[in-house]
Amino acid sequence: MRLLTHNMLSSNIKGVTNGFPLRIQVEKVVEKQVEINHDFLRNIFPKIDWKAFSDASRIMGYNELPEEPPEPSVLESDVEFLGKFHHALLELHLEEGALLCPETGRKFPVSKGIPNMLLLEDEV
Amino acid sequence: MWYLCVFYHRLLDFRKPEFESLAPLFGAFGDNRSFHDSVLQWRLPKDHHPNSPFHFVHLPSEEIARKLANRSILVKGIYELWGEGNDYEELEEAVKSYPDERKLPYLGSESTFKITVDSFGKVLSLQQQNERIEGLSFIPFKGRVNLKNPDHNFWLMETDAHETNNGLPPVVQRRIFFGREVGGADRKLIPLYQLKTRNYLGPTSMDAEMAFLMANQAQAAPGKLVYDPFVGTGSILVSAAHFGAMTMGADIDIRVVLDGRGPDCNVWSNFKQYGLPMPVGLLRADNNLPPWRPGLKEVFDAIICDPPYGVRAGGRKSGGRKLLKGIIGPYTVPDDKRADHIPSTAAYTLVECVHDLLDLAARMLVMNGRLVFFYPVLREDGSAENHFPEHPCFKLVATSEQMLSSRYSRVLLTMVKTSLYTEELALAAKIKHLEFKENHLKWLEDGTLHSSVFSTSDAESGFVLKLTNIKSPLLHELSSQSLLEYDILNPICLVISARTVLELFLGAPVTIRVVLSSAKFTNATIVSVSVAEEASIHQEDMAKVPSRQDWRKKKKN
Repeated sequence: MRLLTHNMLSSNIKGVTNGFPLRIQVEKVVEKQVEINHDFLRNIFPKIDWKAFSDASRIMGYNELPEEPPEPSVLESDVEFLGKFHHALLELHLEEGALLCPETGRKFPVSKGIPNMLLLEDEV
Repeated sequence: MWYLCVFYHRLLDFRKPEFESLAPLFGAFGDNRSFHDSVLQWRLPKDHHPNSPFHFVHLPSEEIARKLANRSILVKGIYELWGEGNDYEELEEAVKSYPDERKLPYLGSESTFKITVDSFGKVLSLQQQNERIEGLSFIPFKGRVNLKNPDHNFWLMETDAHETNNGLPPVVQRRIFFGREVGGADRKLIPLYQLKTRNYLGPTSMDAEMAFLMANQAQAAPGKLVYDPFVGTGSILVSAAHFGAMTMGADIDIRVVLDGRGPDCNVWSNFKQYGLPMPVGLLRADNNLPPWRPGLKEVFDAIICDPPYGVRAGGRKSGGRKLLKGIIGPYTVPDDKRADHIPSTAAYTLVECVHDLLDLAARMLVMNGRLVFFYPVLREDGSAENHFPEHPCFKLVATSEQMLSSRYSRVLLTMVKTSLYTEELALAAKIKHLEFKENHLKWLEDGTLHSSVFSTSDAESGFVLKLTNIKSPLLHELSSQSLLEYDILNPICLVISARTVLELFLGAPVTIRVVLSSAKFTNATIVSVSVAEEASIHQEDMAKVPSRQDWRKKKKN
C-alpha cells in the first residue's frame, strides 16, 4: 500500500465519526521504483491531506518531508521537492502491517501490499 | 480537412464513439477542454448505410489524424483521399484532377512506396489485384517499390453491394476509393494482450479488445488516475496502464485481490507480465460502503468498470445476515475470532449497484472526468426503449451495444461529469442508501435484472411524510408541488417521492424533523431525517408489518 492510498482511506465502521487518518502499524516496508510523472504529481497535490501524509511518511521511515504543507508554487519550480513528494507518495510501500482506526483501534490488516477495508457484520 | 476513415467491420456501435472519445486527446478541438460540447463532423460516402465501414471525417491536421488512428482499436486506416468514383474511369478523372501540390511530394524518386488493393463486399483474386494496380499507371510514381517498409502506403479500395446480407439492406454501394494512408490501428496489441496468454484469469475477465475500447472511451492517458471498483483480475486496468494511466482498483472478493492462484499469479503479476507499471493502489473494499475519507473528492480522472450484474457473477456487498453461533448476539463477532473472521456478504442488486457507482463517480471524478461501464439489456421486447441510468452530475455521451445472445446484450455507457457533486446530492444518496438497506429483501425480489431495469417505477414509490414544526410558507410550498397523493383531512401527511422531499427540504431555511415511512414497501420502516443532522435509522421505530416473503408463506398455508 502506497501512501497515496493511505491518504485516501478512512475507517468507515458504523458510528465512527472521525476515521481519518488511519494509524499505520509497520511490519515491512519496501521501496519500489516508479517512473515520475510531474503532471500527475501536480494534479494530485491539492487533494492530499498534507499533515496525514507527512506524518505517515515518517512512520514509514522517511524524514525528508516538511511538516507544514508547502506552497503549490513549489511544484512548478522545485524539482528536488517533486522528487521527494513522488518518493513518499508512490515509492514507499507498506507491504505487511496494519491500519488502525483512530477512534476504535480496530485493525485493518495490510497483507502483500493490499489493505483489507472490509467490515464485519456488526460493523456495518 | 476531410479524411477517409475506414473502420474494421466489427463492434459497429463502438467505432464512432471510440474515435470521438480519442479526438480531444490529440487536440482535434484545439485546447478547448470542455470536450463534451465539441462534435466531429462526419459524412457517409454516397448511398452508403450508416453501418458502412467507410466514413469521411473532418480533422484539423494530418498529424492529429495519424495519432488518432494509431491509438484507436477499430480504425483500419485513415486516408488522404486522392479520388473516388463509381468505376475506374471516374476514379482516374478524379485522381488526375486532385491538386498536384498534394500529390507530388509523395511521388518523388527518392521515396519508396507500396500499393495495396483491398475490397469490401467481394473477393478479388491476386490476378485481379495486379490488374487493378496496373490500371493506376496514369499516376506518375517515380519512387521505388518497397513492400516491407515503404515511406508511403497507397490504398485502392473497392466496395460492392453484396446481394445477400442475411436479408438486410446492403451496407455499402459500389464505389472505388484511392488514397494515401495516414495511419491505422495497432491491432498487434490484441494478440499481445489476449486472455489466453494472460497468467491470472477469472470468469469475468474483460477480453483485450473490449478492455482497450473501454480505456479509450475513458480517455486513459499519462498523468491520469483511473479507478476500477470491481477490479477482479485487473483486466480493465491493464489496458488503461498500457496507455500510460496510473491505476487503482478495489474488489470485495479477497481471493481476487490477494492470493490469486499461487504466489506469482495475481493481479500484480498481470501487470508484470506486460512490463506495465503496477497499480498505485489495490484494496479490498466494498463498493456499497467505500472507505474513502470524508471530504475526499475529485481525485480520479476516469472510472472504468464492468459491474457484477448477476449474469455471470453476482454482486456481493457487506452486511450479510448469516447467523453467527456466538454467545454475544446473533450478528456480533466474538473478540477472539475477530482477526480471522470472514464476514458474510449479502447479494448486491443491480439497481443498488448502479446507484452506488453513480454516486461514487459523481463524488470522486474530476470535472470532465469519465465514467465508463457496462449495463445489461434484455432484448426480448425487440424494439423496447432502453432506460439507462441517469445522474444530475453526468451527461451520457455514448451508448455502444454489444450483443451477447439473441435475448441479452450489454451496453457500454460513457458518461462525462458536467456538474459538481453538491451536499444535496450527497444527502440524497445517503437516504437512498438507507432505503436500500431497509428494503433489502424487497429489492432482492424486485431488484432483479428484468424488473428493476425495465420498469422504471421509481416515481410510484412514495413516502408518507409526517411533518412537525413546519413554518406555514413551507407547507404552502409543499402542497403546491406535484404530489402523488394529498390527504385533505390531515394536511401534514403527504405521499411524496423521495427526490421531491429532498429538493424541498434542502432548500428550506428552517430545521425540520421529517418522518419518512415508506408507503409502497410492505415491510415499512420509518426513517428520521433532519436537515441539520445526518440521517439515521431508529430500529425501535420499525413498524411491525410482515415482509412480502412472510406474507406469501402465509398465503400458501
